[in-house]
Parts: sequence; C-alpha cells; structure tokens
Amino acid sequence: MEIAIISGKGGTGKSSITAAFAALGRQVVLADCDVDAANLYLLFNPAHEEEQIYISGQKAVIDYAVCTSCGICIDYCRFDAITEKEGRVEILETSCDGCHLCARVCPEKAIAMVNSDQSRMVAGSFRFGKMVYGRLAPGEENSGKLVNMVREKASAMAAALTSPGQPPLILLDGPPGIGCPVISTITGVDHVVIVTEPSLSGLHDLQRAVAVALKMERKVSVIINKWDLHPALSNEIAAWCRHAGVAMAGQIPFSEVVVEAMVHQKSIPEWAPDHEVSTQLRSIFKWLISSCLLEMK
Amino acid sequence: MERVSPGEAVSAGISLKIAVASGKGGTGKTLVSTNLFSTLLVAEHQGSLVDCDAEAPNDFLFFKGEAAGSFEVTQMVPVIDTDRCTYCGRCRDDCHYNAIFILPSVPMIRVMEELCHGCGACTVACQEGAITEKEVSLGRVSHLAVDAFHRLTEARMNEGVYSPVPVIKAAIREAGHTGITLLDAPPGTSCPFIQTVSRADYVVLVTEPTPFGLSDLRQSVETLKTIGKPCGVVVNRAGLGNREVYDYLTAEQIPLLMEIPFDRELAALYARGMVAASVDLSWREQFTQLLNNILTHYGNSHYQW
Repeated sequence: MEIAIISGKGGTGKSSITAAFAALGRQVVLADCDVDAANLYLLFNPAHEEEQIYISGQKAVIDYAVCTSCGICIDYCRFDAITEKEGRVEILETSCDGCHLCARVCPEKAIAMVNSDQSRMVAGSFRFGKMVYGRLAPGEENSGKLVNMVREKASAMAAALTSPGQPPLILLDGPPGIGCPVISTITGVDHVVIVTEPSLSGLHDLQRAVAVALKMERKVSVIINKWDLHPALSNEIAAWCRHAGVAMAGQIPFSEVVVEAMVHQKSIPEWAPDHEVSTQLRSIFKWLISSCLLEMK
Repeated sequence: MERVSPGEAVSAGISLKIAVASGKGGTGKTLVSTNLFSTLLVAEHQGSLVDCDAEAPNDFLFFKGEAAGSFEVTQMVPVIDTDRCTYCGRCRDDCHYNAIFILPSVPMIRVMEELCHGCGACTVACQEGAITEKEVSLGRVSHLAVDAFHRLTEARMNEGVYSPVPVIKAAIREAGHTGITLLDAPPGTSCPFIQTVSRADYVVLVTEPTPFGLSDLRQSVETLKTIGKPCGVVVNRAGLGNREVYDYLTAEQIPLLMEIPFDRELAALYARGMVAASVDLSWREQFTQLLNNILTHYGNSHYQW
C-alpha cells in the first residue's frame, strides 16, 4: 500500500504529519521524496545501510586550450547559458540544461559534458521500519528522477518486509509545489493526502494540487492542519472539497506540541501521545488505512 | 556607514533587487515579501514585487490593482514531417530528454512534448529537413498595477510542466527594474531557487527556529556561498522551537535582520489575505526597519552606498 502526502503550499505540516503516520503504522517504509529539502531523517536518525550516487545530469565544460572563441555555441544554446566576456566564451553552470547541443556544434570539439554527481540516495533502518531519502545537491536538476530512484528503493525494501496478514505500508513525503518531483511522487500511488492550512494561499495551492492529483487519476483526500487559526476559512475549504468531490480526511488544531516534538526529535504521537493532536492523527490514520484497503478490494 | 532610507536610495537613482527566499517551504517568504512591498507603497517610491514561486504563486491574493498586461511563456517543440522522415534515429539519439520515440519497423515516430526541454538538438541532428518547431505554452506572466509607481508581476507555470524556470526568468526580465525590486523566490535550493537568487543583489532568507528550519537554512546559506550572494536572515515564528538557529547565525556571522514572533493575530491577518504592514502601524514600522536593515547590510557588504 502506497500513500503519498503532498501539500502544494510549503510549511503546512506535511512532514510532521507523515512522521506521525510512520509512528502509527506497522511494517512501514518511509520515503522522503522532498529531495530538495529532506527533513525526516532529522526526526528518525536512521542507521545508514546504503548510499548511492545519483547522477542528476550533465554540464558542459569548455577546454580553453582548444576553444577559439568563435561563439557558434552561443548562437545554438537556448538556455542563455553561454556568454562572451572580454573575448572569452563562458558557460554559466547553473543555467546549463545539459542538452549536449553546444558540444556537438563546436567545430573545435572544445566542449565536453561532465556528470553532476554530488546528489545521493540514502537508505537504512529507523525505529519504526525502513527509511529511504534523496539529497539533491544545491542547484541541481531532474529531482523527479531522484524521486523515482527513492521510490524504487522503497518498493524493494517493502517487498523484503515479509510478515503475514498485513501488507507493508509505504509512506511518501512529497515536495511542495506541483512540478515534476510532485508528479513523480504521486504517479501510481494508491492514495494522495493533501495537507492544507486555512489561508487564502493554502486554499489556492490546495486547488492546484488537487487538479494535478485528479489529472493523474489518483484517489485524493484532504487534511486541514491548524484549522482553528481561521475556522471560517477551514469551513470554506471543507465546502470546496465537498463541491470538488474530494474526501476530507480530517482536521488538526494548531498546537505548540508539533514544534516541541520536532525539537525533541520525536514524532507527535511519540512526544505527546495523549494530546488532542495525537488523538486526531490516530483517527485520521485509521480512516486512511481502512479507506485504502477498501479501494484496493 | 550612514543609514540610507529606501526613499533616498531610489531618488539617488539606484535600482536594487532583493530576493526573499527559504529552503523550507511555508516559513513566511510571502509574508515578508508582501509586507516589504507594502512599505514601498507607503513610502511612495517606485518599486515592484515579482512572485517567482511559479508552481504556487500567491502574491496577487494580497493586493488590489488594475490588470496591466500579461503574456504567454512558450518553448519550442519539434514537429516531424513524416513525408520527409527516414526514421534514421539521429534525432532520438541526440535527444537527452528521451522525448522522441521511434519504431522504424512500423514505421512510427512520436514526440513526447511533456518531456521536451526545447533545446533544438533534434532539429540540428535531422539531415532530411523533416523537423520544424512549434511553440507550446509553459505558463503565463501577468502584471498588476497597484498604482502608477508600483507593480506586481506573477510567474505562473501551467499544471504538468517539467520546470518553472523559463516562466521565472521571463517574469524577472519583464518586471520593472527601477527602484527596489523584490523577488519572492520559490522554495528549495535547486534550479528554480538558483535562477531567482542569482538575479538578485541581496538575499533575505526566511527561516523558523526549528530543526527543520535550521537544516534548510544551512543548505540555503551553503548554496548562496557558492554563488557569492550576500544574505541576511529573518527568523519567523520566533518563540516557538529552540535557540539553535541563533547560534548558527552567530557562528556564521550572518546578520539577523528581523524576528517575527509567533502571533495568532498576524497569522489570522495573513490567512485572510491581508498585509499586516498595510493595516497596522506597528507592523509597518517593523517592516520599514527591516527594509532599512537590508539596505544597511547590503551597503556594508558592497561598500557602494
């Protein structure tokens, strides 16, 4: 069973909620697909068992011993990545898209493509099961492919968890936004949970995230986090969900225990098991698992 | 170093781009950007705000104004003339995005437009003149004039597009470049973030005093160091969490520009799409102070004021 937790807007509490679900589940494989800003390892401090290099792409590099500064590559580059400065042709590494065209059109063969190999995928065990996460090096691209690598590893780890009666649960903590890495995170999952908050920005981004998830033909449900910061807007969001035919998984009140738990490197149900937030999280999780099991039948 | 007010800065004919960014999403980038923009409005000096979070643009929700034009951002994708195509496979071999699929035995050739980055390598590779290109939409850049001297610009990527970068670049290029330009950056430290902050003179990083906030702040600072951008930090939701963020700032000698305490009233204003500095004098003073702090630190880091 694969459940992805996404949000559209950042900072709605997606990772804290995913961590709580991980603590509540059995036979859990937790995959942090927010490869741009992976954070769950901070809470769960997994024992690293495996690390793999991820080649995020390639960048063009000029051999100045050969370059004649003819500028042909500048004319062909569509990413504004090549400029001429005082008679010297330069490649802006952060703008290079790795398409290879400059290397091909260079009459002197002065341009080589070099692998970007600073990104990593890390896998290991933590106190509730297995965990895998990606770390995209700053400024690198193709985060969607790293998400795919993380998900493949998560599936392999889940397949290795054999215990009768219950299927393993793969939880995917998604990145913010609606771009490529989000699409990679929700492709083919059994259920998409979207975490929102009662603000106009939260509602706007929720609508974009729902549109993407429905486009991918996924089952979707919504959690309104910190609902009591603006009860009227929370009602409006719930009404919009009903209208859009999206299930409400539940509402969670604002509480400082969420931050306290994080500071103490604990998930919320571990830190404050009897707090209202934990009670809500347990009932949402129970609903989520039973509705996923129902869908799968 | 003398303190320079935003007004003096602008009347001195200086244009300055300030990016407001954070590694972690939801730390308050938009809160800080919209409030800074509001202080520019009140100061009655020229300025603009560019919403570069093209995947989830929200800044327009906070201001009223007149639509001041918009345009489509496009990229080129190949169109194959199957009468001329010999199914040789050169275009497929040169495509680094696997966007061209060929079955010579059928024969069949397909362009998967959603994978195409528009680099033009296939057009160059084709020996038969069988490839032409057409434009497809990636998103839209829109302007909103708040008054004669202040404009908002929004980058909005279409749902399902591979990267927001082309739309972000177009929005920054077309924004007003006189006075102070605020860039509300996309979250993260990957390509969209770099493409935004590399176009700024100074970067304001917004964080929160939690382990997640600190971890993402560290990554943002390291990234800014590699591209040599000066930065300062705003700690949002101060009072929640712990002191580790402050210890980090001291150790790294990064200026703390402002602390915004966690405040239910501020959260409620923001939730309703209201800008605190527009409706509350005390918040207006605090954000004006932030702008002054930015100008002072920017001046100190560049010795040009």
